[in-house]
Amino acid sequence: MEWLDNPVFTTWDSNTSLWSNTLITLYMTAGTMLFSTLIGVPLGLLLFETSGARGGLARWVNRVVGFVVNVGRSFPFIILIIALIPVTRFMVGRVTGPNAAMFALVISAIPFLARLIEINLREIAAGKVEAVAMMGASRWQIIRQVLLPEALPGIIGSLTTTAIAVIGYTAMAGTVGGKGLGDLAIRNGYQSYDNVVMIATVVVLVVIVIAVQALGSALSRAVDHRAAAR
Amino acid sequence: MNPGVITLDALRKVFPAPGGGDPVAALDGIDLHLEPGRIHGIVGRSGAGKSTLIRCLTGLEKPTSGRVEVDGTDIAALDGAALRAARRNIGMVFQHANLLDSRTAAQNIAHPLEIAGVPRAERERRVAELVDLVGLAGREHNHPAQLSGGQIQRVGIARGLAAEPKVLLCDEPTSALDGGTTRQILRLLADLRERLGITIVIITHEMGVVREVCDTVTLLEDGRITQSGDLLDVAADPHGPLSAELIPLPPAPTGIEALVVNCDYGNSERFRTTEDLIQLAETYEAEATLVAGTIETIGGRQVGRVQLALRNRSGQPISREGLTAFLGELEGAGVVAKEVTA
Repeated sequence: MEWLDNPVFTTWDSNTSLWSNTLITLYMTAGTMLFSTLIGVPLGLLLFETSGARGGLARWVNRVVGFVVNVGRSFPFIILIIALIPVTRFMVGRVTGPNAAMFALVISAIPFLARLIEINLREIAAGKVEAVAMMGASRWQIIRQVLLPEALPGIIGSLTTTAIAVIGYTAMAGTVGGKGLGDLAIRNGYQSYDNVVMIATVVVLVVIVIAVQALGSALSRAVDHRAAAR
Repeated sequence: MNPGVITLDALRKVFPAPGGGDPVAALDGIDLHLEPGRIHGIVGRSGAGKSTLIRCLTGLEKPTSGRVEVDGTDIAALDGAALRAARRNIGMVFQHANLLDSRTAAQNIAHPLEIAGVPRAERERRVAELVDLVGLAGREHNHPAQLSGGQIQRVGIARGLAAEPKVLLCDEPTSALDGGTTRQILRLLADLRERLGITIVIITHEMGVVREVCDTVTLLEDGRITQSGDLLDVAADPHGPLSAELIPLPPAPTGIEALVVNCDYGNSERFRTTEDLIQLAETYEAEATLVAGTIETIGGRQVGRVQLALRNRSGQPISREGLTAFLGELEGAGVVAKEVTA
């Protein structure tokens, strides 16, 4: 059991410790999810709301937002981090550390989430929207009372999927000194030929992903009243 | 102006062709006046313009030209907030109910009241009333997924009635239901008309629905009205396109040694029952036997389409001359009679 004496288990220094890097990964993931939800969900709604437009402003908004989202999604994350360095410096004040990495993570997660949300909204039967429009509802009332509540189980699923993708992306945050489990696995594990560190970080990542998925699925089921879900 | 009256005036709706060809007229000059407090059936095959018509009535679709007056308001001329306000006077029932899965039955029924800004206490009182009215007591806290098809449509009807509209539009309300449930839902609609005095419009492709509850029927074909009137008049008019559909004849029997004639009565003052026709045949020295027929009692009056086999006293088919005279006398009395050729 001498592998238990590995500094990865015995220290709290963020250069070596499994524990503090687990917290850093959780922090980056939670922070990224907070900001990308705040921006990505409304953006997905905007994509959905403007998607049927045949002309006018809505058509242009849809084209521009759709283009930006596509470009955002096609960037390899590692390139995005580097390309964003000047912007990160301006927005975060520094280009290294968890917060700088988080900025790139948010920029990367927003378009991903926005597309998923758009798909969630598209799955709502048009008849439901029409039925509520017939009650004399405004567009805003339809968004709040039909689109968001009816899509909620799917939206929770999309947030779960995004969160898990973000956990995977945090591994690359090490490029900008972002720290976290992925960074630990590469520097102290792979590059230092330390299998204990490699295996420990992977185990923790698997546990986190399973936990996030279980939580997401449970929440989604709790708010899902559709017949097929039972 | 009577509350709940619907008037369509030269209504046209033209859609651009998808391929850029000639535009398609889904509604091509509809003039229709629907009296308040009655149940009106609008029938037609798919593609006849029924859906476009109901979408024009609700303002979901803007007509190309013409007026759509519902309860004294020209729906076609409204936009934005005014249109939303006008819609609150129109209840709508859909084929698949279109309830929100995220809401319970009671919350679905309360939805139009929420949108109309009715205070919570008043909403709850009204929902309790509606739950009783449509026979849903005990199920109001279930989500749609926990209800049967018939119960779901009851919720849909209660929701349509929640804001106390003058007009209830039903778009194929029973087409997704089985026979027994269909009858229950139709009885509910008839009952609601009695109790609330609202105008009900039912769009359907099922003639059974029209026979069962409608007071008037309008046939839509290729965007035009080809027949419209009180159910009895339409059913009893053997020349119109609807009578054959309202009172369908069973398949003609085969292997009969006789001349077989089809007779549509119902419009005739002289011949009111099948018995009258058989008696007339006797005056032509013929024995008439009823071989197939559909006899409906609509509004207390018998309307029938029957097939009679005519033989002479020796059991042979009757003569040509006799047949011609017999048919002639029937035609003269307003019965449409035709020989069936095998």
